[in-house]
Amino acid sequence: MSGSKQRPSILDKSLSRGRTEVSLTAYALLFSEMVQYSHNRVTSVNELHNKLSELGERVGVRMVELLFVRERNYKRETKLLNILLFVKGTLWKSLFGKEADKLDRATDDERIYYLIEKEPLVNRFISVPRDKSSINCAAFIAGIIESVLNATGFPAKVTALWHKGTTFMIKFDDTVLTRDKQLEGR
Amino acid sequence: MSRQSMRANDPKKVSGELFTLTYGSLVAQLLKDYENVDDVNRQLERMGYNIGMRLIEDFLARANPGRCYDLRDTADKIQQAFKLYLGVSPSIGSWSPGGDEFSVVLETNPMAEFVELPDHCLGLRYSNILAGVIRGACEMVQLEVMAWFIADQLKGDNVTEIRVKFVKRLEDAIPAGED
Repeated sequence: MSGSKQRPSILDKSLSRGRTEVSLTAYALLFSEMVQYSHNRVTSVNELHNKLSELGERVGVRMVELLFVRERNYKRETKLLNILLFVKGTLWKSLFGKEADKLDRATDDERIYYLIEKEPLVNRFISVPRDKSSINCAAFIAGIIESVLNATGFPAKVTALWHKGTTFMIKFDDTVLTRDKQLEGR
Repeated sequence: MSRQSMRANDPKKVSGELFTLTYGSLVAQLLKDYENVDDVNRQLERMGYNIGMRLIEDFLARANPGRCYDLRDTADKIQQAFKLYLGVSPSIGSWSPGGDEFSVVLETNPMAEFVELPDHCLGLRYSNILAGVIRGACEMVQLEVMAWFIADQLKGDNVTEIRVKFVKRLEDAIPAGED
């Protein structure tokens, strides 16, 4: 159709300042289509969670680039606690307009943290079928968190659980804790 | 130095960036799942159609738009809906002589922020979901239309333009679930 025309380079545009807003209805309906599409292509709850998480991952890596350039003056985070606070604060605020409700640490395993959000945006209009009550579409957000942590050098596995609303269980790789201990006091 | 955006916390709104990136992730997933871009275009249109069918209800409840007496009224409502749901104001124009066809012209396309089409995706109608939304929404108010993209900034055009053509009025449609 327009192969001969010069396509604009994304780098010629100025970076979005993150002030634009769209209606929640539009987002909810779009998300609902994504869930239905994913649901039609899987056979188990687990697969559905993986699919949604994969969709979230692509959002997460882009948010890392965007936020570290725009909000953090290109400075990366090197400490475990700081990156968690980044997720809870900066990331959550840009995506959902508020901080995450709570950040907790597991008492029995130092690799595990819990990020608690009572009512995640994506779940607000989703009613879970009774026979599949373990479905939690916030797996999409878990995918965002996971890819943010992976892209910033804190490899982790993140799962969305039904607990106090939704709890994101973040389990860091052993290497992350080893490194964090080495950094202690610096 | 943090330059955290000071978004007023309006519970009826969400971040435009979350919306754009979520949509982008969906398009990327479809490109992965389907073998050719035509199927992706079709799938996007179908998803839009589904959204439109549900969106119209929200629109009628929220905007209280009243009855449309001709296609110009309809075009105005579509313009209003873009403002309400995507926060952009397209212009309406390029009416056909018969008054049965018009264009919705977007200066900025909220679906396509951060997007650059790679060379092997030039056949992709990235924002095709919007065409589907228009078709689905109109169908629910007994109006069969066709909607398709004729210009796209992602492909080097100055504006993004959706053409809408009136097909017919659906007279005997029985509301879903009342057969």
